[in-house]
Amino acid sequence: MRNLFPRTLQTTIIFLIVGGIMALALGGYFSSASNVFTGSLVNLQAWFSARYMAVQDFFTSPRDMASLRQTNAELEAEVAELQSQVIQLQQEVGQTQVLAALVDFSRLRPENKYAAAAVIGRDPSPFLHYVIINRGSNEGILRGMPVVTHQGLIGRIDAVIADAARVQLITDPASSVNVRLQNAETEASLVGSITGDLTLELIPQDIDIERGDLVLTSGLGGGYPPDLIIGQIVNVRRRDFDLFQQATVQPVVDFNQLELVLVIVNFEPVDIAPLLPVPTP
Amino acid sequence: MRNLVAVPVILLTVILQSAVISRVYLLSGIADLPLVMLAAWALQEGVDSAWHWAIATGLLVGFISGISWVVPVAGYVAVVVLAYLFQRRVWQAPLLAMFSITFIGTLIVSFLSVGILSFSGVDLPLSDVLGLVMLPGVLLNMLLAIPVYAVMRDLARWVYPAPEVE
Repeated sequence: MRNLFPRTLQTTIIFLIVGGIMALALGGYFSSASNVFTGSLVNLQAWFSARYMAVQDFFTSPRDMASLRQTNAELEAEVAELQSQVIQLQQEVGQTQVLAALVDFSRLRPENKYAAAAVIGRDPSPFLHYVIINRGSNEGILRGMPVVTHQGLIGRIDAVIADAARVQLITDPASSVNVRLQNAETEASLVGSITGDLTLELIPQDIDIERGDLVLTSGLGGGYPPDLIIGQIVNVRRRDFDLFQQATVQPVVDFNQLELVLVIVNFEPVDIAPLLPVPTP
Repeated sequence: MRNLVAVPVILLTVILQSAVISRVYLLSGIADLPLVMLAAWALQEGVDSAWHWAIATGLLVGFISGISWVVPVAGYVAVVVLAYLFQRRVWQAPLLAMFSITFIGTLIVSFLSVGILSFSGVDLPLSDVLGLVMLPGVLLNMLLAIPVYAVMRDLARWVYPAPEVE
């Protein structure tokens, strides 16, 4: 009992002192001192928190980077796949547009029968202007048949095998097409060149021709059907001492971008070679 | 059996020439991949079948092209002859020999083409032929020479492995 009393008294006194201090603090009497104390605590906690976050970042960020890289790689692969799909679809749209134009062209000329073909190659020699198409004698393609696009004439079949054919373009230096000028109502000869330029020759001097005149096949000679569009005159060369005028023709067809063509399969070219005079010695 | 490798190589070369290389123009000139391939093949050590390759390639190109088969066959055989001559004289500088053969071979094939076409009655202005077709073609062939030489060297090492020295 003797020992118990002073201990109880001691505890009570301590509680009273602490309670009194708390009451004074809550009453605002220790505000400056508590501000210093709590400020120090907050700063200390902030310091520890910042260090902890730094350490946490140090250990966790590599994992995040790896996961971000993986996600990035997956997204890049997806983007690449979508881009290839877009390119493929654009190609299909382009081919569909060309096919639609070819169908429109064939509808405008119901008298002709066509076989569509894709251009799969060009002549290996730079001195010749030929293309190779993926249709041959198995599809009824014969030598001499005219080849067109929806824009106009491009040439005629030069050689045929079972599943392919070689087309001599009208830009070939050995090509010659009998043509007529729509506005001038005159006929001439269209020849190609090694550079792919088209030149109109044998135009009579008394004929007035102008830039923009339309050049069409005449059908003379039996090599091509009449009235196929070839191009427009862009330049006229007329010299008084020449027998004929010359003109440069801008073709309507872009010969560097040939993809799909039509072969006129019901046209039978006429071989006029036996009718040509043979020079006698 | 070693010569069987010629079949896929020649076919691939001619297909590439017709489908891809012939569409890549510099002015009006294009590269001649079969010519460069034959020059590179004939320059490799141990290769003794370049003649057959040249004739086969020439016939195939002549079959595809509108030009007479005489031009590619004679032109490519001339390239192989040149390669054998150069191989004996400038064997220490194979790339120099490669460039020289490519340059001279391109001119030979071009002049053969012009000769045959002119003989057939085709009008070919010489200025256009030289400036717009031949010189750009030479330049493009020169550009192809180094990568094609590297590929054919690897192929030759694979087909004709060097004997191991003990």
